[in-house]
Amino acid sequence: MENQAAAKTHGLPIGARRTIAYIVLVFFSFLCLIWFYILLINSTRSHSEMTLGFTIVPSTHLLDNWSSLINGTIPIARGFANSLTVSICTSVLCVYFSAMTAYAINTYRFKGREAIAAFILAIMMIPGQVTALGFLQLINRMKLDDSLIPLIIPAIASPVTYFYLKQYMESNLPLSLVEAARIDGSGEFRTFNTIIIPLIKPAISVQMIFSFVGSWNNYFTPALILHTDTKKTLPVMIAQLRGADWLRFDMGQIYIMIAASIFPVIVIYLILSKYIVGGVSAGAVKG
Amino acid sequence: MDKKKSNSNVVKFNRWGYIFLIPFFVTYIIFSLIPLFSTIYNSFFENYRSGLKQIGPNFVGINNYINLLSSPEIWKYLVNTLIMWVGGFIPQITIALLLAYWFSDPSLRLKGQRFFKTVIYMPNLIMASAFSMLFFALFSDSGPVNQILLSIGVIKEPFKFFQYVIASRVLVMLMNFLMWFGNTTILLMAGMLGIDSSLYEAAQVDGATASQVFFKITMPILRPIFTYVLITSLIGGLQMFDVPQILTNGRGNPTDSLTTVIMLLNRYLTSKDVGRGGALSVFLFVVTGILSLVVFRMNSSKDKD
Repeated sequence: MENQAAAKTHGLPIGARRTIAYIVLVFFSFLCLIWFYILLINSTRSHSEMTLGFTIVPSTHLLDNWSSLINGTIPIARGFANSLTVSICTSVLCVYFSAMTAYAINTYRFKGREAIAAFILAIMMIPGQVTALGFLQLINRMKLDDSLIPLIIPAIASPVTYFYLKQYMESNLPLSLVEAARIDGSGEFRTFNTIIIPLIKPAISVQMIFSFVGSWNNYFTPALILHTDTKKTLPVMIAQLRGADWLRFDMGQIYIMIAASIFPVIVIYLILSKYIVGGVSAGAVKG
Repeated sequence: MDKKKSNSNVVKFNRWGYIFLIPFFVTYIIFSLIPLFSTIYNSFFENYRSGLKQIGPNFVGINNYINLLSSPEIWKYLVNTLIMWVGGFIPQITIALLLAYWFSDPSLRLKGQRFFKTVIYMPNLIMASAFSMLFFALFSDSGPVNQILLSIGVIKEPFKFFQYVIASRVLVMLMNFLMWFGNTTILLMAGMLGIDSSLYEAAQVDGATASQVFFKITMPILRPIFTYVLITSLIGGLQMFDVPQILTNGRGNPTDSLTTVIMLLNRYLTSKDVGRGGALSVFLFVVTGILSLVVFRMNSSKDKD
């Protein structure tokens, strides 16, 4: 359908083309937002109100739903805390050590540098799922099953984040600065921590957000590792909700739980959208 | 003498490169490389639980692979995965191309670009499991979508979305589309903005129409990015898991038509069927490996520019 619209622009005046563009844009924006609008509305309505039909205006039961969720059988507060712990630790480790790796490849001219850079690039696209089997066995042998640690530590080796940061350093980090720091007697670690890290802050913050969100949303690995209810992260708890007897559930609770897992990320995103949207294309496409 | 000294100094500094690489490689070797090798190793053993009895581990050679690739299961799930990927990808790339073209067309001067980009990229950051749970609630028999359709008289009785293969698959495609078209738009737009504007000006002088410019200038130049998007999306598509898993509570119903390859892997992993799980992992590793080789070639040729 949209293809026809594009074909129709053949010779159309600019005003008409602009109108078509706006209509299509508004339509797809609506398609992106409507689900979250219904979610927001239904989080404020009680179970009995929802059985009567959908209304476009919010009701008054937001706090009731929230308190019944908090006092319900799912340890949602722990889920929140677990998700937050994993996501914060992951994003800090991931970005700091990816920057360190990128700095090593970008700054130093050591033997095998090209080969190592090519190796990291080659493993970048390999999904974690294909090593999950061996990973789970390893975790069991290390007695780290049912713990948050195996969700955090592996983030130190994040080829994708490394790739973005290396691209950024290539165009934004003058090597003369490193030389100058050496002449001033700064050690290599100190140069990295006190000069380089602050210099690449824009790239670091964007990558921290991506890493945080990725970890916050991660479901596959946590679902395989976490077994105790109080150790589970939010996505695992949501999946559990789906497994429970659906009809007996208070729908208000379900909606508010989905809302509580989605909206923190949306709020962060709306505040920082300028940097995030810019960061999407920064590393992947060069010229 | 002096020259030699400064040379050894540079070498001394360059040794730091190795030190800075230690955390990455130690972590990678422990948590990815060793698991990869043990996954491959395990794929040659029969090792699973049957009721309370533990079978194996017995060395069975490539039997796991033969069983895996000769069972109709894996092909069915591969086809399921590809159908749902294609169904999401075609509208995704079409709409993304169109929107990116409009966004980067200077003669259109669209207002509110930042708002639109912000909105269409947003679903990409949403927790897929929560998004899928949300769709399950919205499209359930007594959910808001059915309520709305009933109240405006489109249907007489609730439409049971999750009992029909096509309806369920379309919902998965819709979610995949919504989560990824904004991302693709932004990637394609970055490519389009990199096109030399003098090309467009020359085309305008020669009297080319908008669609001629699009198909004769924009598309050919965009081809590398296009291929990049296609292959990364295919690799991502093969990993499809969260959405169908939660939408169908892991069962892939109706009639196993929503089960993806990774959902099968997940079944093996949770039931501790190590041998078959290993063979499936290696199979996926090989397939994604071949696909990533293409992306790797593109990225490394880009590096040399």
